[in-house]
Amino acid sequence: MTATLAPPQGKRAAPGAARTPRRPGRLRRAWLPYLLLVPALALELLVHLVPMVYGLLMSFKELTQFYIRDWTTAPWKGLDNYRVAVDFDTPVGAALLHSFWVTCLFTALSVGLCWLLGTTTAVYLQESFRGRGLLRGLFLIPYALPMYAAVITWTFMFQRDNGLVNHVLVDQLGLFDEPPFWLLGDNSFWALLVVSVWKGWPFAFLIVMAGLQTVPRELYEAAALDGAGRWQQLRRITLPSLSSVNQVLVLVLFLWTFNDFNTPFVLFGKSAPQAADLVSIHIYQASFVTWNFGTGSAMSVLLLLFLLVVTAVYLLITSRGRRSAGA
Amino acid sequence: MPSAPRSPMAAPRSFVWSRRVFLTLLTVFVAVPVYVMLSSSLKPLQDVSGEFRWLPGDLTLSPYVDIWSTVPLGRYFVNSLIVAGAATVCSVVIAVFAAYAVSRYEFRGKRVFTVTVLSTQMFPGILFLLPLFLLYVNIGNATGVALFGSRGGLILTYLTFSLPFSIWMLIGYFASVPRELDEAALVDGCGPLGALLRVVVPAAVPGIVAVTVYAFMTAWSEVLFASVMTNDTTRTLAVGLQAYSTQNEVYWNQIMAASLVVSVPVVAGFLLLQRYLVAGLTAGAVK
Repeated sequence: MTATLAPPQGKRAAPGAARTPRRPGRLRRAWLPYLLLVPALALELLVHLVPMVYGLLMSFKELTQFYIRDWTTAPWKGLDNYRVAVDFDTPVGAALLHSFWVTCLFTALSVGLCWLLGTTTAVYLQESFRGRGLLRGLFLIPYALPMYAAVITWTFMFQRDNGLVNHVLVDQLGLFDEPPFWLLGDNSFWALLVVSVWKGWPFAFLIVMAGLQTVPRELYEAAALDGAGRWQQLRRITLPSLSSVNQVLVLVLFLWTFNDFNTPFVLFGKSAPQAADLVSIHIYQASFVTWNFGTGSAMSVLLLLFLLVVTAVYLLITSRGRRSAGA
Repeated sequence: MPSAPRSPMAAPRSFVWSRRVFLTLLTVFVAVPVYVMLSSSLKPLQDVSGEFRWLPGDLTLSPYVDIWSTVPLGRYFVNSLIVAGAATVCSVVIAVFAAYAVSRYEFRGKRVFTVTVLSTQMFPGILFLLPLFLLYVNIGNATGVALFGSRGGLILTYLTFSLPFSIWMLIGYFASVPRELDEAALVDGCGPLGALLRVVVPAAVPGIVAVTVYAFMTAWSEVLFASVMTNDTTRTLAVGLQAYSTQNEVYWNQIMAASLVVSVPVVAGFLLLQRYLVAGLTAGAVK
């Protein structure tokens, strides 16, 4: 009748009557959680932490194609890789800076639109009406579709001569005299944004929908009895109840969008146009096209530092905001 | 004003209309690419090479036959199934153990563990790509275990990618399973693992299903690592699908047919398990 592990609240069961006599209960208690964590820890070490240390070391080395077979023999370069990456007077630095600004603008627009569409839709679908289940299923399709299948369809739609987009804009609406290119030049930024929002907003929708299920219905009933309109209910009840969900959601959307590699890679192929040169794809090219892993690693480390700082500041500001709001 | 005959909870007309307009526009935005995928996959090649037409003139099923011979789609399919399947099973099992440890035990380093695991979620994939590439090559040279270019290397990579989110969601889910349940099981003579497998896991099925779907989708859709770490024999669908575009002609009808074929299993599974997913997120992510 004695538990073999201590109740988690700290109530300790008396040892001695442990069920497995080979090992004393106390030892088992102490080691079991670590034992359960070993597989996860080992994998995190192998696939995340060791490569990160590797990456950090690589960023201080001259790692061109001559040294790839045995990277330990590559000469140390100190901070030279970083100097190259942030020297904005040279083509390499200027291109990185340009790519950084493009990514910032792209991320701000994409995250904003995804959040807005997701939240609006979740609020509209909050109360039941005919066809709600059907719409919810339909709206989740972009999220459920394998990302490359969805993006490749958009690539087809954005084709200049046989795509749907130009057919609608030029042939049916007559907005342009000449069919524009969407996957080349400046237009590619907007093409990328549309695709990113199309496949990103359902995640916001899913999370906000889950968050809304925790808001008690009585709140709305009470507010309605008090004469609060829809708009006031949204501002006074819905949005404040979502603040903790939004804190995580916006951060996750930001990180995913800022690091997005897959969308531009499938949409444009290996070389993204200047206007849509997101930072991940920029680093990929800087590394694998020129086989200069040292500079590529330095750029990755800079990207990570930037994301760390942004995340820390974001969490600090939003947590303080929520605390002072009494949430 | 409450003087209206409608009950105060009933939606006002302006709200209903704005909802209709918004949801209609959104439906068009969401559905058009799906429609293009479906309709173009049923057109003969000359109909997708010329000007786009909303309604297909001639319907044909030949793209669905040709996709298997134009590129070795069958092999890519099998590769994707093996890689995503193995990564999902391993990831879920490992996440269940880790989440159980975190949700049921107090131990030193618990906070460090959860924070570290979660923070890997924010790191850009590109940061791991180069070092992991070199690490796998080096392990291969040193031990003869071919991780680079093999399915094993990809499985290892993918299962680790879905681990943090899976552990995080399961911690939340396990926390919602009353502790009295597994304590009762312990009293009844189950060991801690027995309590996990016979009590906690069955009670947390929705969360586990959600995590399974998530892990499978992550692995099935990944492009970056698949494009660098596979070769001709181990290529997955994510990279293989682009092979239709590198021929002299772009077989758009076949690309659309192949996209549809690779999407159907995932989308069907996702929509069927949608309820679990929302429930899993409510317990895990929102709390």
